[in-house]
Amino acid sequence: MNIFIWVCLIIIFLSMLGTLIRVFKGPSTPDRLIALDGIGVMLISIIALLSIVFDTIFFIDVILLIAIMSFIGTVSFSKFIEKGAIIDRDTRR
Amino acid sequence: MILVANIIIALFMLVGVFFTVVTVVGILRLPDVYTRAHAASKSATLGVLGILIGVFLHFWWIKGHFSIQLLLGSVFLFITSPVGGHLMSRAAYMSGVKPTELTVGDDLAEAIGEQKSHEEE
Repeated sequence: MNIFIWVCLIIIFLSMLGTLIRVFKGPSTPDRLIALDGIGVMLISIIALLSIVFDTIFFIDVILLIAIMSFIGTVSFSKFIEKGAIIDRDTRR
Repeated sequence: MILVANIIIALFMLVGVFFTVVTVVGILRLPDVYTRAHAASKSATLGVLGILIGVFLHFWWIKGHFSIQLLLGSVFLFITSPVGGHLMSRAAYMSGVKPTELTVGDDLAEAIGEQKSHEEE
């Protein structure tokens, strides 16, 4: 079972490296944004598998934290690409 | 009983690893931003859900620790990952990234044109 988890870890790490290729050579900015979001999701699964390898339950909180941070980063970056400002001023008031 | 539990956990993890590899193949080989967002948001979500459920069952059945953070994390990812994919594709469309040559129709351009003409009136 331990060898199986190590094999899963190595495969997910290699797929993170493959997604990094798209970050380097993506032709537009949203390409890089999509690839970075995928890297964040793969980082979550790597931490979940490492918590089995190290046999602790204290890594579990990190998963929830990275999920929230990754969502906030995705939303703010896509709003910046779409409108040019992350927090825009309300001019009608 | 430990063997059966290990087999079920390994099945969930195999589903997760398979869909993670599918994500990478989709991101590297598909032709434009929208198809890449389609591949990344769906299969990455399913991959991480498989691995999180496998880890949750491992801590529940073998260690005897019911971890509510893993359940919360998987529900949160299940809700927010499609929303993030939608926002990224919409930002790509609004910033003017062209779709691939194989595209046959563009309904969103007509909708945005109608909305702009309404706003001008």
